[in-house]
Amino acid sequence: MSAATSVPAGPTDAPVRRKPRRLNYVQSSTNPKKRQRKSIVLTIVMAVFVIYSIIPLLWLIINATKSQDDLFSSFGLWFGKDFNLFQNIYETLTYRDGIFVQWFGNTLMYVVVGAGGATLLATLAGYGMAKFNFPGRKAVFAVVLGAVAIPGTALAVPTFLMFSQLGLTNTPWAVILPSLISPFGLYLVWTYAVDAVPTEVLEAARMDGASEFRTFFTISLRLLMPGIVTVLLFAVVATWNNYFLPLIMLSEPTWYPLTVGLSQWSAQASGVAAQPIYNLVITGALLTIVPIVVAFLFLQRFWQSGLSAGSVKA
Amino acid sequence: MASIAVTTARPKRRAKRDWRGWGFVGPFMIVFLGVLVAPVVYAIVLTLFRQQLVGGSGFVGLSNYVTLFQDSKFWESLFRVTLFLLVQVPIMLVLSLVAALALDSLRLHGSGFFRIAIFLPYAVPGVVAALIWGFIYGNQFGLTGSLNKFIGFDLFQPFSSEWILASIGNIVTWEFMGYNMLIFYAALKVVPTELYEAAEIDGAGQFRIISGIKIPALRGSIVIATIFSIIGSFQLFNEPNLLKNLAPNVISSYFTPNMYAYNLSFAGQQFNYSATVAIVMGIITAVIAYIVQLRGSRQEVR
Repeated sequence: MSAATSVPAGPTDAPVRRKPRRLNYVQSSTNPKKRQRKSIVLTIVMAVFVIYSIIPLLWLIINATKSQDDLFSSFGLWFGKDFNLFQNIYETLTYRDGIFVQWFGNTLMYVVVGAGGATLLATLAGYGMAKFNFPGRKAVFAVVLGAVAIPGTALAVPTFLMFSQLGLTNTPWAVILPSLISPFGLYLVWTYAVDAVPTEVLEAARMDGASEFRTFFTISLRLLMPGIVTVLLFAVVATWNNYFLPLIMLSEPTWYPLTVGLSQWSAQASGVAAQPIYNLVITGALLTIVPIVVAFLFLQRFWQSGLSAGSVKA
Repeated sequence: MASIAVTTARPKRRAKRDWRGWGFVGPFMIVFLGVLVAPVVYAIVLTLFRQQLVGGSGFVGLSNYVTLFQDSKFWESLFRVTLFLLVQVPIMLVLSLVAALALDSLRLHGSGFFRIAIFLPYAVPGVVAALIWGFIYGNQFGLTGSLNKFIGFDLFQPFSSEWILASIGNIVTWEFMGYNMLIFYAALKVVPTELYEAAEIDGAGQFRIISGIKIPALRGSIVIATIFSIIGSFQLFNEPNLLKNLAPNVISSYFTPNMYAYNLSFAGQQFNYSATVAIVMGIITAVIAYIVQLRGSRQEVR
């Protein structure tokens, strides 16, 4: 869902001056003892939040270990008679000649090409907006900002209609091309580059006769790296979770990403001519979220800094 | 001659003209025009035509729009998402705000764990979230069956027509509560500590600090979160479309405007009319988002 990628109000032309970040609340406090006092009540309130957030994921993990029979006969939040996780994984991966593996590969391809390309384009453009004053710059800003206000609703169906005229539907390009544009990524690199790449360094490189692209790839790119990783991570999540676009663009199951494939299995399990493949849907769902959850846990530092970079401007 | 006059009038600006930036912005803009601007233009053109029974499509002017404004299905779906947004968005944002303020209070045991655990649902694809909750709602191997048995009567019926909107709202809240919490939390971290200290010296309690300093500091983030939640509500598709399998009689093909546009295109082949729904929804969303932003920034000035 595109609502997930937050785009703050938009960068201004002036360089961003950040307010001093509160590094350690306790340290600067006049009364450290009082500050450190923990509240049991607050902790309990937050524990309720955590339980709400975690229970569906726990349910998924527990039920991925159950056989089809146990699913129906055992309590939802506890294990069944048999531990069937590995059997379920095996069945998921081999069902219909391993179509799940193919969907997994498709998702990976869409992520690598789509999210990778989106990051590259956003990085180049954000850097250009931050470091060059060119004719039409204001127009670019206005157009990109305006596009953010257009919801995906207005775009998905028209994009499908246009792509079908061009014969692009039911090809990987129909999924990849629209995911190449990330106005949020452009915005993030833009605000980041204003501070991260000192103009003096660029001037010095120009004096030495280096071309703009050479300067970009040898000097600026390295300085921009933390911002780029943030953009990449959010683009990866957006493409990995993409559902509506591939759903309307693709009719051939061999091109499906995991999200569309899973929803089709689910319809198959509960539709009119139902086939009992609930265990496959549940295990497939678990396998779909494991990589992305792991990526989030390992790259915490980046996405948390990315979110704060966005909110500083707000 | 005219061009010379212009050059002499503004010699400095001419000298500064520097096209190098386009080398970097150009590729983005080309793709941008191709996949964003072109479809919108194409869709607007489509809305002006209609598929005729004989002889392809003909120009009908604004007739599709007139039809749409008299279409009770469209109004019903629009009313439904509006109701959804008026109830779900405030609940979600208040919950996110409470969680963010709790994190920021530094009075929590293990706040790092809370932060990541509550954020985790955001990483789950909307499809998988809807699937999991759909199973949990179910009577067969979900939790509502057990819960109702525990209470003694069938209180929870997530797929009944009275409950379905709340069921969807719960899924959306679950997905985005932690994300909004982090947005608020990040904004709170930027507030200089000295402000709190000064307030405490003046004898302000925690609640006074929250209402006097923290909430005003969050106004910008709240406006942004509201705008994106509004856009999300108007675009509602994934969750109802997946739950449709489980509650086919309750969720119609025009349950939300987005589902209506989708089904017009793919089940009904009414592409022109479908494009009209999409464009009108786009305009409504953009206008409302703009009003929210305007109101938000006006209060900031005051």
